[in-house]
Amino acid sequence: MKIKSNIAISDNGFVFDPNTGDSYNLNNTAAEILQMLKSGKNEQEIIKEFTGKYDVDETTFEQNLYDFLGMLGHYDLVEKEQTTY
Amino acid sequence: MEKLRYERPVINKIKAGVPDKFGMKTKIQIMPELEGIPVKDILKEYGSPVFVLSENKIRETYQEAYRAFSSRYPKVQFAWSYKTNYLDAVCKIYHDEGSWAEVVSGFEYDKALANGISGSKILFNGPDKSDEDLLKAIENSSFIHIDHFDELYSIIRLTKNSGKKAKVAIRINMDTGIYPQWDRFGFNYENGEAWNAINRIMLSENMELVGLHTHIGTYIMSANAYAVAASKLAELAVRTNRKFNHNIKYIDMGGGFASKNTLKGAYLPGKDTCPSFDDYAEAITSALINSEIAPDNLPILFLETGRALIDEAGYILGTVLANKRLSNARRSTIVDVGVNMLFTSFWYDHEIYPAQECSLQTEDTAIYGPLCMNIDVLREAIQFPLLQKGDHFVIPRVGAYNMTQWMQFITLRPNILLIDKDKNIQIIREKETNEVFKRQERVPEHLK
Repeated sequence: MKIKSNIAISDNGFVFDPNTGDSYNLNNTAAEILQMLKSGKNEQEIIKEFTGKYDVDETTFEQNLYDFLGMLGHYDLVEKEQTTY
Repeated sequence: MEKLRYERPVINKIKAGVPDKFGMKTKIQIMPELEGIPVKDILKEYGSPVFVLSENKIRETYQEAYRAFSSRYPKVQFAWSYKTNYLDAVCKIYHDEGSWAEVVSGFEYDKALANGISGSKILFNGPDKSDEDLLKAIENSSFIHIDHFDELYSIIRLTKNSGKKAKVAIRINMDTGIYPQWDRFGFNYENGEAWNAINRIMLSENMELVGLHTHIGTYIMSANAYAVAASKLAELAVRTNRKFNHNIKYIDMGGGFASKNTLKGAYLPGKDTCPSFDDYAEAITSALINSEIAPDNLPILFLETGRALIDEAGYILGTVLANKRLSNARRSTIVDVGVNMLFTSFWYDHEIYPAQECSLQTEDTAIYGPLCMNIDVLREAIQFPLLQKGDHFVIPRVGAYNMTQWMQFITLRPNILLIDKDKNIQIIREKETNEVFKRQERVPEHLK
């Protein structure tokens, strides 16, 4: 999954979409995931990194991650051809 | 290395809509314990969901209400509204505090007697009183609040046979400036029906008119409406005295005081907008004291408030069953508390508090109960923190009506607990089992 290249993400979890003018805010975990996606990490890498760092089991995190990625798709923040999940 | 605390990722669109002039709370209140007892421990031991009542809160609220009236008026008597919550343990707490019983059916009447209340301390209200009920009430010198002329004439007929005088009051409905005007119970004041009923009773040898009763509505947010009602009852008491030289012994202002829950559709929270006991007391007692009733003949003031006394003392604790997305990507959270047990979610936007630490993040969430029925909605839209499956929550202010109006529908009714004066947990109603229902059912022989 690839975040659209012109989406601006600030360090404190603020997202701006110049295509629509919409702004979003993220909690810490969401901001971290978005940065990972932006740096080119795939879902499996994110899951591994998160479950190593945070107090969460793999099943719960995977479920939460795909729910979150679904929301990125819903808000049209990702490249369409990449949304294969 | 210790792992960091996890919170599920969330993205919220920033909406530049109409600003809320009252501002949003920035901190999410959590309720991890009830009177010092951890919520998770209660749920672990007694199952989820579970109702919890606080004896201390019941007593404190009662005393606050009693003080509000007794500090303004010389003769005050509360009567516990059984229909609001007729668990025996609850009724007994109110009786212990000095409350009489206010009942509206033969079933409730017998319950009050079984709870140790003498018949002469029972106010018998409601439109449904059988001959058997009335005879019992007459025999026990209970106060029968007559709802309609059919009942009035039933009492005349029954007392002729029994030879015992019935102690009666009439229920009176009236215009107090509020909408809706409840006119289905009792006799109307404005059209003269109430005065007719008084005359009929006063001319009967078998009835003693001891009181006048009204109950102007429910969740009344205007204390002034009670002042209007009290003035009208006082006026009838004065007229009765003038015509028959008979003193009315009590005026019963019924109930209907609002609790601090927020009604659906209300813009501001109930806890900010509902009148206090002092507001209601000031309105009612001022109207009575300023009426034309002679100071020596001031009637006893009866109050039957139920909701405002018990709502605050009740909680339901539950567990998140699932999180999912609706078609428009809104969050929906399914919990194990449904409208079958939380009947009042049809009336109120109940507050729901997480029982564990959570961050400041929230999502626009719809909260649904566990029933496979479309009507099972606790909150259509609430800014709710990011709870996961298995997380616990607390819904406060559920003490009134839920434990009497609840339904056995799809799931079984849960345990009801009381945190007693010494902070011990007691089961005051056991959760239902399949056996409870099997006991009531009969399968015809040919279907066995």
